[in-house]
Amino acid sequence: MTDVHITIANKTYAGAAQPTIADFHLSLRANEFVCLVGSSGCGKTTLLNCLSGLDNQYDGEIQVGQQHSAPKIGYIFQNPRLLPWRTVRENIELVLEPHQSPELINPLLDIMQLTQVQHEYPERLSVGMNRRVAIIRAFAVNPDLLLMDEPFVSLDPPTARDVRSLLLQLWQQRPHTVLFVTHDLREAIALADRLIFLAAAPMRVISDIVVPIARTQRHDEAAIEQFRQQLINNHPDIKQLL
Amino acid sequence: MQFNKYLPSLSLLVFLAVWQGAASTLHSNNTLPAPYTVAIVFWQAVVSGQLPYHLGMTLMRLVVSFSISMLLGCAIGIVLGRNKALNAFFDHWLVIFLNVPALVTIILCYVWFGLVESAAILAVVINKLPNVIVTIREGTRALDTDLMDMARCYHFSKTKTLRHVILPQLQPFLMGATRSGLALIWKIILVVELLGRSNGMGYQLHLFFQMFDVASILAYTIAFVAVIQLIELLILKPLDKQALRWRR
Repeated sequence: MTDVHITIANKTYAGAAQPTIADFHLSLRANEFVCLVGSSGCGKTTLLNCLSGLDNQYDGEIQVGQQHSAPKIGYIFQNPRLLPWRTVRENIELVLEPHQSPELINPLLDIMQLTQVQHEYPERLSVGMNRRVAIIRAFAVNPDLLLMDEPFVSLDPPTARDVRSLLLQLWQQRPHTVLFVTHDLREAIALADRLIFLAAAPMRVISDIVVPIARTQRHDEAAIEQFRQQLINNHPDIKQLL
Repeated sequence: MQFNKYLPSLSLLVFLAVWQGAASTLHSNNTLPAPYTVAIVFWQAVVSGQLPYHLGMTLMRLVVSFSISMLLGCAIGIVLGRNKALNAFFDHWLVIFLNVPALVTIILCYVWFGLVESAAILAVVINKLPNVIVTIREGTRALDTDLMDMARCYHFSKTKTLRHVILPQLQPFLMGATRSGLALIWKIILVVELLGRSNGMGYQLHLFFQMFDVASILAYTIAFVAVIQLIELLILKPLDKQALRWRR
């Protein structure tokens, strides 16, 4: 299976006085859903860019599974980054590899409730729908590692909640190893198997906490709030992030 | 509101009336022939096959030189837009070629390569190419880096990136280069033909000038304008519509 081991000894932007990321270690088990929680600007997006191969200028090693070829990465960006001149379906089909059949998109569209609008252009759809398309696109490549960079940040709370629950539904049907970046602790608790709290400048792990709430209870806001309070009380070191 | 529909036809009629009025006042069929006279000359030139032949030759040169300039110009423009070092190196070349007068390149091409078809086409291409390069380079600089990163992250091949990510973003620039290109190339081709070819619109206009045949000059001009309008109406407008169908 695809265990993921990340080591970034040093990532310093050209011209920057101090590293953005230093001595960073993180391992993910196969099909684990891990949330990175940290303040904005602490280097989370930089980390995802290193993992996705968009940024190669760092010291470290990223090992995804046992394979030696380049890992398949699904990346859900902060903005959906869909091609506005291609329909929903075309946007998803474009990322498929030659051996993948376009048919396999259909069940994904079904789960995300987009079958009706698959031939529409993204600009004619709501922002929430565009996010769902971006989620499907990332799942469609059947990635070894799924990266999500605050994908719900600009949505209004009810829409965010809907898309979040659809994402969980999809992930439970098709488990993947997920690294989800957020600064919203409630969102992190609702989604993750494990929370990683990050300090800034340079970015490093300060706490690694397993979320004990059962998957069936995740829609229960009271349970999430209770765990959040418990976290705040028991971990003074992460208080500044919350 | 219904009235607006007829405005274009009405304006055309008014134009013809003004022309007719001016021709009647001047009373000189040599300097300004009446629309009716021009129509007859036009019809005779069409029937004799002269006008279609020469217009066809000019159109052929237009299509060939336009295609070469657009293809080369897009390729070079995209490369320069994405590569800072190459752009810094070739920027001055571009400025030089942009500012060499068309007449100079035409004369030089004929002097160096002789009065042959390829020299004529080359002269037109050299005149148009820098314009296309500059337009497409600007467009390439404005490409959305978010979408380029997305394409890289999902391992889009070069051709896939070009076709689905880059070219749609360059579409307005391509249409701009096409429209300004057609207008420019027409005019240069006429000069090229006038100086060194024995057929085509430019060659014919030169003959008519020597014979002070204003009616023929006007008849050929009308054919000319009509063809350009047809290209706009039948090719460019539908392309515009097709390319912008995704907009809200």
